[in-house]
Amino acid sequence: MSEPNKHWLMKAESIRLLWKIFIAILVVTVFSELLIHKHEYFGIDGTFGFSAWYGFITCAAMVLGAKALGYVLKRGEDYYDD
Amino acid sequence: MMIEFPPGWIIIAGALLIPLTKGVLRQGVLLALPLLALAMIWTLPADASWQAGFLDYTLSPLEFTTVGKLFATIFALMVLVGGIFAMRTASTFELASAFLYAGSAIGVTSSGDLISVFIYWELMAIGSTAVVWAGATDGAYKASMRYLSMHLFGGVVLMAGIIWHIHTTGSTEFTVLGLEGPAQWLILIGFLVNAGAPPFSAWVADAYPEASPSGAVFLSAFTTKTAVFTLLICFPGSNILIPVGCFMIFYGIIYALLENDARRILSYSIVNQVGFMVTGIGIGTEMALNGAAAHAFAHIIYKALLLMTAGAVLYQTGKRRCSDLGGLFHSMPFTTVYGIIGALAISSFPFTSGFVSKSMISSSAAYEHITWVWFLLAAASAGVFLHAGVKYPWFVFFQKDSGLRPADPPKNMQFAMFVFAFLCIALGVFPQPLYDMLPYPVEYEAYTADHLVTQFQLLLFAGLAFFLLLPMMKRTETISLDFDWFYRKPGPALLKWLLQSLDKARQALEGALIASIKRMIQNSYDAEEGKPKGYFARLWPTETMVVWVAVLLTGYLVLYYI
Repeated sequence: MSEPNKHWLMKAESIRLLWKIFIAILVVTVFSELLIHKHEYFGIDGTFGFSAWYGFITCAAMVLGAKALGYVLKRGEDYYDD
Repeated sequence: MMIEFPPGWIIIAGALLIPLTKGVLRQGVLLALPLLALAMIWTLPADASWQAGFLDYTLSPLEFTTVGKLFATIFALMVLVGGIFAMRTASTFELASAFLYAGSAIGVTSSGDLISVFIYWELMAIGSTAVVWAGATDGAYKASMRYLSMHLFGGVVLMAGIIWHIHTTGSTEFTVLGLEGPAQWLILIGFLVNAGAPPFSAWVADAYPEASPSGAVFLSAFTTKTAVFTLLICFPGSNILIPVGCFMIFYGIIYALLENDARRILSYSIVNQVGFMVTGIGIGTEMALNGAAAHAFAHIIYKALLLMTAGAVLYQTGKRRCSDLGGLFHSMPFTTVYGIIGALAISSFPFTSGFVSKSMISSSAAYEHITWVWFLLAAASAGVFLHAGVKYPWFVFFQKDSGLRPADPPKNMQFAMFVFAFLCIALGVFPQPLYDMLPYPVEYEAYTADHLVTQFQLLLFAGLAFFLLLPMMKRTETISLDFDWFYRKPGPALLKWLLQSLDKARQALEGALIASIKRMIQNSYDAEEGKPKGYFARLWPTETMVVWVAVLLTGYLVLYYI
């Protein structure tokens, strides 16, 4: 199905393509670790793919944490209006 | 011989010149003064100093250290490029205030004594309040008053600390102080209020987004970074700054994730970035201090760039909420590209300025084996990419199509953005000139294969987390409660209650007094007889007079014998 009026970036097929490219890059960055010598300072940071999973998990935790805090902290935009 | 005086005064003089000029002449002033200040900062001889007496003390408003020169340079550069951005749209009032504000910030960097620091500190508070005020909306006015109260409070704490310090040590010198007693703690707290440290972080995101498109650009640069500068000079290696900085880092991330207003996201992210610098100052090794100084330099550029892109969007569309924006890349391609460059730089993406500066701070945590700090900083780096690196450009320029098709902003704004975007990349690829300006020799190589691979992993997987969790980050038209709730909700309510109670008590007291006076009058009057009650009321007036004369004469007699 073609979407002639849409910008290339907005088309579903291009978005699928971008996802594929993104995943390919992710795989490359993880496996390029095999080609280099990693410094380790604390033990666990020297294990394979540490930065990848650490980045992913901490970010997921921050998003979820923010979401949870949002239930407590969020108010309507006119909250402070008199 | 060149006349030596503090370069900040050139910019402060601009505050007086701007209202007197207009058109091309004004544009000349906006460009010439920062250039002149820059030239002066770099040509002053190393031993240049200028002293003046004040009461019993000697002020030295011209005494540059290496760090001072670094901060003066970036401040002057910021005035120059910010001036270009603001040139055609900012009001005279805003430009003059911004010059007073920036000139005072440069004044702090060349100060050699605490009294000069304090004087400039207060001038900055006034200048920056006026910049917020120049936003010229009701919201801007109210925010500027809250902002002013906060900074006057910080100023009072700072002044108390400085006076106490001078009284106990006899020294006015602006140098390493260390936390030896309450005086130094007060000075530290005074500085930290301006850095946006907890619990006083809320003022940043409260005031800055209310300023005009160009006002927010100026505001992002000076107050918090001057605080970083003073912390670098007075409290390097004070360990308390490590947890304070780490708190600021995560505060900034979490609040930015919750936020809908594009410029408020960027304001929270200022607190986050200053948190990295404060942590570096707390670690206090030469490398960490270098990192904090370099990061301040890089940060001013990319944060100003990001706020310029957000300001350009606001100027072109009149909108600042993410929920109203989106799809702007269609019609604002240049602004989009500059926004992405700024977002990559703030995320420490390799080959941008943030990469070469921030990694010095996290590496120094690794070298010092401060385990928990390193793990927090690594998580925070990923978190920066999340809230500023991806979230900001995604929600403003991409996401859903808002249908808005504004053009790129006027040429002067585009040029200012170009200059800073260029510097973000140039400093990332050729960090040496920046390293040469740092206070300590740099033996740090940011571009190792190890560092590149781990940084790419960290950031790209943070990006993956963002896009996978996108449904959880649906924009809501909300604000988030912060510490300012205390002085915006229960504070005023308490005050109102207190005033009302006082008023009631006053009324009750007044009523009781009046009633008792009335009662006294009533009781001393005999309504049936139609005359006052009491002994004298029964006598003739002449009889009363005789009694009083007798009393007086007796008194006279008694006094005569004493």
